[in-house]
Amino acid sequence: MALAELQTQITGWGRYPLHPGRLNRPEKIRDLRLPESGGAIARGQGRAYGDAATPHDNELAVQTERLNRFLAWDPMAGLLTLEAGATLSEVIEFAAPRGFFPRVAPGTRLLSIGGAIAADVHGKNHHHMGSFGSHVSEIELTLASGETVVCSPREDAELFWATVGGMGLTGFIRQASIQLQPIDSVWVSARHYPCANLDEAFRIFEDPLRDDQHTVAWVDALASGPNLGRSVVMAGHHAVRDELPPHVADNALALKPKKERNFPLDLPAWALNPLSVKMFNALYYKTQAAKTAPFVCDIESFFFPLDAIGQWHRLYGKRGFAQFQCLIPRARAHEGVREILERAAKARKASFLSVLKRLGPGNPAPLSFPDDGYTLTLDLPYNDKLPAFLGELTDRLTSYGGRLYLAKDAFATPEQFRIGYPQFDQWLAVKQRVDPEWRIRSALSQRLGMEVGQ
Amino acid sequence: MTQPSASAGQPVWILGATSGMARGCAIELAKRGHPLYLSGRDDEELRRLALDLSVRYGVTVHHGEFDIEEIDSHADALKQVIETCGGLYGVVFAIGYLGDHLKAREEWREANAIIVRNFTGAVSVLGLAANHLEKQADGFIIGVTSVAADRGRQSNYPYGAPKAGLSAWLAGLRNRLAPTGVRVIEIKPGYVDTAMTYGLPGLFLVADPNDVGRDIVRALDKSRDVLYLPGFWRLIMLIIRSVPEPIFKKMKL
Repeated sequence: MALAELQTQITGWGRYPLHPGRLNRPEKIRDLRLPESGGAIARGQGRAYGDAATPHDNELAVQTERLNRFLAWDPMAGLLTLEAGATLSEVIEFAAPRGFFPRVAPGTRLLSIGGAIAADVHGKNHHHMGSFGSHVSEIELTLASGETVVCSPREDAELFWATVGGMGLTGFIRQASIQLQPIDSVWVSARHYPCANLDEAFRIFEDPLRDDQHTVAWVDALASGPNLGRSVVMAGHHAVRDELPPHVADNALALKPKKERNFPLDLPAWALNPLSVKMFNALYYKTQAAKTAPFVCDIESFFFPLDAIGQWHRLYGKRGFAQFQCLIPRARAHEGVREILERAAKARKASFLSVLKRLGPGNPAPLSFPDDGYTLTLDLPYNDKLPAFLGELTDRLTSYGGRLYLAKDAFATPEQFRIGYPQFDQWLAVKQRVDPEWRIRSALSQRLGMEVGQ
Repeated sequence: MTQPSASAGQPVWILGATSGMARGCAIELAKRGHPLYLSGRDDEELRRLALDLSVRYGVTVHHGEFDIEEIDSHADALKQVIETCGGLYGVVFAIGYLGDHLKAREEWREANAIIVRNFTGAVSVLGLAANHLEKQADGFIIGVTSVAADRGRQSNYPYGAPKAGLSAWLAGLRNRLAPTGVRVIEIKPGYVDTAMTYGLPGLFLVADPNDVGRDIVRALDKSRDVLYLPGFWRLIMLIIRSVPEPIFKKMKL
């Protein structure tokens, strides 16, 4: 029996772009499959910012949220096998009280495991641990043909690595086995380093004594001139019991009960303006820069600060926003980050949230985003001038040999994509093998001209 | 957190275990430490649900195929559950088949499938389970009917009628078993966000199946015998029931 479908408008977390499309929501694993005809893309929690989990116009997105069963847990190996619709949040709720945590956690825990693999997400520890896909030991996929296959770094490694970072285009991810790491507590021992400008931030990032398991910088993207790149580097590691105050040490693995508050309304377009963001940034810098002594904070607020405010994308209003997240190779990173920040500050694009991170070497996945270098992220509210501004910024980025993060992107052109991902042809060879007709496709694959030969 | 209740460790049989609401029930029962036996028609789904419950909550979960329309198989199915679990304490009947009400007007097969899955089959299997629980003089039966049982409406009376039948049957069973201490609880859910309702136009106040499933089990902690879920449906149905028939028959519902 065909599943019921919902005709609706589909969009990503950034609420731009919006495509008319159909949704269905399988509750049984056998219903995770392609429609009789036409194209489709799997969609987990819709946390990709752009159009990665948005179908072509009037095609199908298969929502996987009900396919979230845990299938096996091996506490000796720290290996969890689960259906791909499960969220990272579910993994943490399960694993943390048992003394385990995901090896790689992005800035939100509200994404699906399938999405984490498809985007090969990274965390604040990429320079030590690599990305999410590097800790997946097996993936079960439903191919466009309807056939179910298993792949791993040893078994059909080509398909495995094409699926990691493959934006859901190699097949529907049914289930996966992910490797977790033992932890001593659900607390993080953290320390902040205020940086007056970009030079200082880079100096701290490159200083092994300041580095920790997890290191990231919040940047005031509106600061300019001598203050360009004013930031706070935040470093931390999973706290061991000795680092904990006595009253938490006794119950070191107990997660705090979740208190999620939803952002109450769509802000009007004028609310986020250079002045209001500037005021926020100054206040934030002041409070965060003060925490120079080591302190203990809970795992949720260290890793997922934004999850505390549900629906925070409403901050940017109904028109939505774009996240510009780029990677610049190490050799030219300092120069490239400076230029992008200069352009952003000059254009007075009010970026509420800007983040700078050092990344380590990438994995064998041809479309994986993270690689040796620095990544800079800007959140920019949508307006009519934004596409042109981002186009320019992306052109400058590619001139530095950089690339955009496909899970965040909504604006790049096929040319910009090809320059950023020189291994695309290697990926395409696998795609042509498993889905030569491009039945699995998305608004992203169409926009970026990935569907060559079609 | 749910506290393990006095009956923790006592096995519960869930019929129609692959539905969203049943999964919510199973989660709450597993959290309370009940070993479970999941029945349904789809073995692969039952296996996945059983693994999920045992991995996440550490309880023993068995599963087996069960077809409500195969009335002759019901006695063996009950025996199988009792033998596998080493007893039986509670039964959750979560089988529901909305069917196609337009098709049911034309084809008896469809009308009959709706009746068998929602009523005749329930009477058969719950009747057998009731006899077992009556002898043991302890335990519970939870039957999930529907707000559709409260008044026949043109858009779903082929479904509402057998649910109403089950409702009356459960009331009689409750009356019979009351002296033994076996509880018989009827749950009347309103719209729940499951495969049964996904994509249907014009639905309102759609509840999360996990919340409804949890509240179904929590009915065991309360004294009420008939529960509307979510609770506001009690008021909505009170209003709908009190519309006089001469007016009601002219409404498009």
